[in-house]
Amino acid sequence: MATVSVRQYHRGGFSFENCKRNALLEADINKLGFSSPAARKTGTTICGVVYKDGVVLGADTRATEGMVVADKNCSKIHYISPNVYCCGAGTAADTEMTTQIISSNLELHSLSTGRLPRVATANRMLKQMLFRYQGYIGAALVLGGVDSTGPQLYSIYPHGSTDKLPYVTMGSGSLAAMAVFEDRYKPNMEEEEAKRLVRDAIAAGIFNDLGSGSNIDLCVITKGKVDYLRPHDVANKKGVRTGNYRYKHGTTGVLTKAVTPLNLEVVEESVQTMDTS
Amino acid sequence: TLEACCSRAWTSCFNSTSIMAVEFEGGVVIGADSRTTTGAYIANRVTDKLTPIHERIFCCRSGSAADTQAIADAVTYQLGFHSIELDEAPLVQTAASLFREMCYRYREELMAGIIVAGWDPRRGGQVYTVPVGGMMTRQPVSVGGSGSSYIYGYVDSNYRAGMSKEECLKFTAEALTLAMERDGSSGGVVRLAVVSEQGVERQVILGNQLPKFSTV
Repeated sequence: MATVSVRQYHRGGFSFENCKRNALLEADINKLGFSSPAARKTGTTICGVVYKDGVVLGADTRATEGMVVADKNCSKIHYISPNVYCCGAGTAADTEMTTQIISSNLELHSLSTGRLPRVATANRMLKQMLFRYQGYIGAALVLGGVDSTGPQLYSIYPHGSTDKLPYVTMGSGSLAAMAVFEDRYKPNMEEEEAKRLVRDAIAAGIFNDLGSGSNIDLCVITKGKVDYLRPHDVANKKGVRTGNYRYKHGTTGVLTKAVTPLNLEVVEESVQTMDTS
Repeated sequence: TLEACCSRAWTSCFNSTSIMAVEFEGGVVIGADSRTTTGAYIANRVTDKLTPIHERIFCCRSGSAADTQAIADAVTYQLGFHSIELDEAPLVQTAASLFREMCYRYREELMAGIIVAGWDPRRGGQVYTVPVGGMMTRQPVSVGGSGSSYIYGYVDSNYRAGMSKEECLKFTAEALTLAMERDGSSGGVVRLAVVSEQGVERQVILGNQLPKFSTV
């Protein structure tokens, strides 16, 4: 079948070439007493809800590297196409690159068909790629959008299984967010109610899950319009320090002072111009 | 080892499942529970495990959600292509063979237990089971998934040849209810479908409407 997609490798299976190298490197590093760098993960709470006119996607903004917060305000709602957005949980690099690859291929596909892309198409492309990599691409996604068929929401797991549902949550904070959804979700909600529900679900993840934190981003997608609200809610404002730790000059007394001039002579001086045009 | 290099911190999604299919005169009745789990968390409590492969051919999926979805998509494509080439409705046996080919060839990499059921003009209603490993065999009644272990006795003792459509529906609903009751990996709602010459009729039995058995 002819495709116009770029970057599609159809050689079977995952290439394990670098695994041996990584294993050797890891063994060497451990011998020297250092630890190998931890992959940056987005601990994350992401969720989505289908309401009367479209879908609302929500995400927290914390990215973690082990037990340290690497980015306090990262963007987890990725652009796929003008009418389709995708929240990503799992390995940050994997979600970023996977969504970019599918976004690129979908734009080419859309130019080829002459139509606005469908959410189901993005879902197919994502699941087929993730299945091909047998779960080694750690991307857990919430895909949502509005197309000619209506508003749709999919959850996509790293191994390549997908579920089409009216409300979904993913990430380490998904259980906290799902608790909120199971309590208050109703079909055909109004926009404000849906935004409030998603905001509260992400907040539940932020305050009850250590892997999620900082702000709440929202993305409201309706037919013909997308509201990318970043941030929608700054749930964790940085506090103001009550004390002042700047000391005036002269606070530390000088006991002795010794000045040693260094005799540096210029040995060689050359000027190389660089063409920066 | 390769596993140590590429460690995965998440568990994959499983349709651990109870699925069932029964042949009757004029078609088949298929049924499934609706639970998909990642470890101990229910990722989807309203899953539809009865997947259409063609107009009058369905498959019931159990095992790894990703594997069975990928296989079903591939077989749907292959069968659709074959049907267009043939200019005829495909045989249920053809669909089952396509599943078997894939499940046997990639048996080391896959975890998929599938029941293929449908109606075709040549042989009427048929049920073929393709368990893990890639065997294929036709059976008048077939159960699958983790919950099936608990209902073999019920099915063996209560199945009679020549049941009507309504009797088959009742039989399937009751068997699946019993399986869902005892198997932790099965639950939610019971999805049923009747596939016959007339087409497909689908129904859902919600949790509170399930048949009740004695609670001893």
